[in-house]
Amino acid sequence: MSETAPTPAYLAWKTAQKRRRAMIALAQAGLLALFLIVWEIGPQRGWVNPMLTSYPSAVGQALLDMIRDGQLWSNLGVTLLEVVISFAAAMIGGTLIAVLLWMSPALERVLDPFLVVLNALPKIALVPIFYIWLGPTGSIYAVAIAVSIFITILMLYTGFRQTDPNKLKLVRTMGASQAQILGKVVLPGNLDTFTATLKANVGLSLVGVIVGEFQASTAGLGYLIVYGSQIFRMDMVMASIVVLGVISILIYLLIQWIERRLAR
Amino acid sequence: MPADTTAPPAIEFRDVHLRYFTDKGETHAISSVSFTVRKGEFISLVGQSGCGKSTMLSLLAGLIAPTSGEVLINGRPVTGPSQEVGFMLQQDSLFEWRTILDNVLLGPEIRGMDMIAARYRAERILKNYGLGQFMDHRPSELSGGMRQRAALARTMCMEPELLLLDEPFSALDFQTRLSIADEIGGIIRSEGKTAILVTHDIPEAIAMADRVIVLAPRPGRLRAIHEISFPSAETRPGAFDARETPEFQGYFNRIWEEMEDHV
Repeated sequence: MSETAPTPAYLAWKTAQKRRRAMIALAQAGLLALFLIVWEIGPQRGWVNPMLTSYPSAVGQALLDMIRDGQLWSNLGVTLLEVVISFAAAMIGGTLIAVLLWMSPALERVLDPFLVVLNALPKIALVPIFYIWLGPTGSIYAVAIAVSIFITILMLYTGFRQTDPNKLKLVRTMGASQAQILGKVVLPGNLDTFTATLKANVGLSLVGVIVGEFQASTAGLGYLIVYGSQIFRMDMVMASIVVLGVISILIYLLIQWIERRLAR
Repeated sequence: MPADTTAPPAIEFRDVHLRYFTDKGETHAISSVSFTVRKGEFISLVGQSGCGKSTMLSLLAGLIAPTSGEVLINGRPVTGPSQEVGFMLQQDSLFEWRTILDNVLLGPEIRGMDMIAARYRAERILKNYGLGQFMDHRPSELSGGMRQRAALARTMCMEPELLLLDEPFSALDFQTRLSIADEIGGIIRSEGKTAILVTHDIPEAIAMADRVIVLAPRPGRLRAIHEISFPSAETRPGAFDARETPEFQGYFNRIWEEMEDHV
């Protein structure tokens, strides 16, 4: 840290620190490898029925086949598009409603019990209704938005309400309008709330879309999972789940990147 | 006192009453308060909690309206936040997402003032207050005393005629508090602003003010008004030196007793 040369004790500590980190990474890789090996050998040795579990090499083969015949890309594209659209709709809609509630305490008081109940209600239960009302495509968006919009409203509104009262008083004494208070204090003071909501929502949108696809069953990764299980192609089901896992990792990295950008 | 009978007083309270209503009942917060403040005068308001001293600043700032009576600034009734008033709170409330310079520009931004002139002014004020090298820093990089000076710069950048100071030093440690009070008191005096300081620190109230108004609690009302002068000194001593004068202890004892009576 300081300008002077590091002491031998500090260098030793750094080396030990590096070794500790390497050990942890090694242990993580080892755990994954162990899992894959057991999964590969178990079904082949007849410990478990391969029809029920499939195994990594078969899943890999299924994945390659799906890539080759274009099935993966088209279904992945459908799912991603649905996730992006419903996520954006829930974020934008939720933010607008939260702002509206903040602007009008009377409206908030009226709507509060309804929002709490709607948030607690398992939205998955509404899937059949959405399907009947909106058809296969519309119902997917409806579920995905329903799953994430109420929590968006509640999280953002709570954040807005917790804005430092001293900062609010300060700008009020300066004669700020409601819009100025919102734009100069409430919104910039709630960037943390936004990233927290973002994090919660990406996962929820993905859940909503997959569940919607289970019911609609025309395209998407959710459709592949349901279809694969119906024709007993566990390799196809597992391959789709692996792809979902990869998407989750990519989304996680994306959010981390956005978070760092916002924090500057 | 220079007799200027034509100009209205900088501040006037005319038989002001304030009542709060809550589910639990009615609170008489301020009762029949009347006083005037001359232009350029520095007033301290002291009193125990519940005497309505911060409420009186909120009335002047136009954040709340009196239940009856009138509050006037330069002869005009207060109807809402006014361009003439600058408020300084106990917490510096600097925005962490803005640089020091941008924090100082907050007031002019909200009031829609000429931003080029405001920026020039902000830079000059920050340099005068010893914050010239910190304009592009974030508030968290500054010490408590520097932050409070930045908060004063933010208030001054709006060019208020009337400064409302709501315990602006009480969040600082004792030593910083003394020196910042001395410094800020000097700045306000040299710029000839009218100022009202709310505090529960009697020495601070005496050291900074031309007059100390003592309030009694529940309901908040005037108890006494003291003209503060230091005949032993040739000129009005700064907030720090005032504490060393022979007159200081006399004022302190009288105000202390007045505040004790009402426990």
